[in-house]
Amino acid sequence: MPKRVTDKQPPPPVDELPEALPDRAHRMRLPYVWILPAIVIVAGAFVAVHEKLAEGVPIEITFRDADDLEPNKTKISYKAVEIGQVKGIRVSKDRKNVIVEARIHRDARDYLVQDTGFWVVRPRVTGAAITGLGTLVSGAYISVDVGHSSVPARSFTGLEVPPIVTLGLPGREYVLHAKDIGSLSIGSTVFYRHIAAGQVVAYSLDPGGESVTIKVFINSPYDAFVTRETRFWQASGIDMSVDSEGVKLHTESLASILEGGVAFQPIPGAKPSPQSAEDTSFSMYSDIERAMREPESMAQTFVMYFQGSLRGLAVGAPVDLSGIHIGEVKRVSVEYDPVAGDLRFPVEVDIFPQRIHVRSRAGKGVRVRVPDDSDVGGHAMIDSMVAHGMRGELKTGSLLTGQKFVSVDAEQRAPPERVDWDEHPPIFPTASGGLDEIQDSVGSIARKLDQVPFDQLSAHLIATMTTLQETLKSTGQLMRRVDDTIAPQVSAALKEAEDAMKNAKEALSQGAPLQNDLGSTLLELSHAARSVSALADYLERHPEALIRGKPADPK
Amino acid sequence: MTRLVTGRSLGLIVCMRCRATVRAIGEGQSACPRCEAPLFARRPRSLSTSAALVITAAVLYIPANFLPVMHTHEIFSEDDDTIMSGVISLAHQGSWPIALLVFFASIVVPLLKLVALGEILFAISRGRVRHTAQRSRLFRMVEFVGRWSMLDVFALSLLASLVQIPSLATVQIRPGAFAFAGVVVLTLLAAQTFDERLLWDAEARD
Repeated sequence: MPKRVTDKQPPPPVDELPEALPDRAHRMRLPYVWILPAIVIVAGAFVAVHEKLAEGVPIEITFRDADDLEPNKTKISYKAVEIGQVKGIRVSKDRKNVIVEARIHRDARDYLVQDTGFWVVRPRVTGAAITGLGTLVSGAYISVDVGHSSVPARSFTGLEVPPIVTLGLPGREYVLHAKDIGSLSIGSTVFYRHIAAGQVVAYSLDPGGESVTIKVFINSPYDAFVTRETRFWQASGIDMSVDSEGVKLHTESLASILEGGVAFQPIPGAKPSPQSAEDTSFSMYSDIERAMREPESMAQTFVMYFQGSLRGLAVGAPVDLSGIHIGEVKRVSVEYDPVAGDLRFPVEVDIFPQRIHVRSRAGKGVRVRVPDDSDVGGHAMIDSMVAHGMRGELKTGSLLTGQKFVSVDAEQRAPPERVDWDEHPPIFPTASGGLDEIQDSVGSIARKLDQVPFDQLSAHLIATMTTLQETLKSTGQLMRRVDDTIAPQVSAALKEAEDAMKNAKEALSQGAPLQNDLGSTLLELSHAARSVSALADYLERHPEALIRGKPADPK
Repeated sequence: MTRLVTGRSLGLIVCMRCRATVRAIGEGQSACPRCEAPLFARRPRSLSTSAALVITAAVLYIPANFLPVMHTHEIFSEDDDTIMSGVISLAHQGSWPIALLVFFASIVVPLLKLVALGEILFAISRGRVRHTAQRSRLFRMVEFVGRWSMLDVFALSLLASLVQIPSLATVQIRPGAFAFAGVVVLTLLAAQTFDERLLWDAEARD
C-alpha cells in the first residue's frame, strides 16, 4: 500500500508528486460500444423490413363515391377486427367512380379473393332495423365479407348496399318462384312459425318478365325445416278476414307489415322428410290458405261451356263442390266460329282430383284414399262423378258484387253425359242453373203470353165495354128519375114521421101534462081495479047480494 | 503568447474520481494511489465511444421522428401521432408556445446536439485546430441543454399513465417514443464519455 497523500501539505514540485500505481485489475476492455450502433442498425433494418411487410397488401376498391371515407383514417374491418386501412382515394379516369387504395395486413391476405365483398358501413335506417349507429361517432369504416373463391384478387368493386347475409353464416339458400314480388324487398324477413328464420337475399325478374325469382337465406338451424313438404307464402302486410267467428286480423309481425316478409311451414300432416338441398326451388304462394292446400301437382284442366253471360267470373274464381274448393278458373276466353257465326265462351278450369278422396268398399270396411297413380288425373273418378250427374254450373257467389264461381254439383234429372276426354283440354259437361234457369222460365212465360190472341180479345173487350156503357147510361137515367120523383116524396114522408116522433117525444117527456094526467088516471084506475076486486070478492062470498042487495051492516 | 502547459506534457495525471494529481508511469494501466480508481491521461477510447454513441443516436433519430410516439384512442377517433404531427396539431389548436417548445425540445435540440457532437468528434479525429474555443463552447451548450431533451419523454409518460379511461380515451406509448428516449439518452452518454480535453490536444500537438 502506498502511503496516503494528504492535501494539507503545500503543493510539492512535480517530481515529488506520488506515482500512479500499476493496475492489473482493470484490464483493457473490448471496444464493446461499437456493438451499440450495430445493434441499432440491425434492429432498425429489421423493424423497417417488418414495417414494410406489415404495411400489407395494396388493394383497390371501386366505389360510387367516397362519402365518409378518409385516407389514413378509415379502417377496413372483418367481423369488427381491423385488417387494413384506407391509404388513398382518387377519382377513376372516367370520373364515374372513386378508387379507394387500401392496405390489407399480410395475415389477412388470404381474404383477398375474387368474390370478397367490400362495403362502407354507415348508419342505415330501414323499416325493421337501424344499423351502423356506432359509425355516427366513430366514422364510417369498410367492412369485408370474405368470399369462397380461391382465385386471389387485388382490385375489387365495392358494394353500395351491405350484403344481407354474410358468406360464412351457417344456413342455406333457397329459390322461390312467385308471380310478383309483393311488398318484399332485400332484407325482408323470412318467418318460420313467426320466428325470424332468414332473410330475402336477392330477387330478379325472370326472363320474359312473367314471374319473379326470389332468393332467401334460411339461417341454421331453421333451414332444417325446409323439406319437400314445406310451403312458402307471402307474409306481407295484414290479412284481414271477416267470417262467422268475427273479424280476424292476421299478420306475421309488425316488421313484416312495414317491409314485407315470407313465411314457410310444412303442410299439415306432413311426413318428416330430409332437408332440401341448397338452392332447391319452391313456389311462393300469395297467402297461407293457398299455400296450405293439397299439392296441386295433379291439376286436371277442363273446358266448360256455359250458356249466358260470364260477367263476374274472374280468373282464379273457385271451382266449388258443395262449398269445398276443388279447383279454380284458369282462363276465360271467347271462341268464334265464322262458319256457324256463333260465339262460345270456353271457361278453362283446373280441377285438383287429389282434393277428392275416394271411398272404396273393397273388402272389409270403408277405405278413403287419394286417387292414386293408377288413376292418372282422376279420370275414372271424374267419369264416375259425371255419370252420377255431376255438372258444372255458373253460380253467383255474392249478389252484391256479382262475383261468380263455378259450382260442380250433382244435378237431378240431368240428361246423361260424359266427359269428352279426346278433346284437349277435355270438355266437362255443364248445366244451366240458378239465374239462368229463372231467366229461362221468365222467357217461357213471355212466350206463352205471346200466344194470347190479344187482337180478338180487345175487339170483344171493346164490344163488352160499349154494352156496359149503355147499361150504365140507362141506369143513370133510372137513377135520375128516382131523384126527381120519388126522392121528394120520400123526404116529405120522412119529415112527417119525424114530426110525429117529435110529438110523441114531447108528450112522453117528464113533467108534461099528459104524463101527469096519465099518472093520476092510472092511480084511479088502480083504485077502480081494487074496488072491482073487492066487489068480486064480496060477490063470491055473498052471491045473493046480486039479487037481494047488500044487507045492512051488522054493526 | 504564453505557452499553455498541460498535465500530460508534464507527465502528470489527474484522477477523475478524487482529482488527485499524480505522476504517470510509462505504459499500461495505472490506478490512483489515493482512491484506487483507474487513472488515465485522457478518457480511453473517448473519441470512438462517443462516436459510436452519436452514430447510434443519429440512427435512432430516424425512427424517433417517423414512427408514432403516441397512440390516442378517443371515442370519436383513434390516432397515431408522431412528434411532428403532435407539434402540428398543437399549432392547429392554437397552442403556439407549447408547439414551439415541443418543436425545439424534441426536434431541433436533439438534431443540433447530434450535429454538434458529430462535428466536434469529426474535427478532433481530423486534428483540426481552428475554432477549438467555439467547439468547446458548443460542447458546453450541448451538455447544458441535454437535460431538457427528456421533456418530451416525461410528458409522454405522464400522459400515458394518466389518460387511461378505457372506451373514453386512452393514450399508449408507441415505438417512436423509445427511439426518441434512446436518442436523448445516447447523446447524453456521448457527451459524458467525450473527454473535452481532446479538443485541445490537437492544438497542443502543433
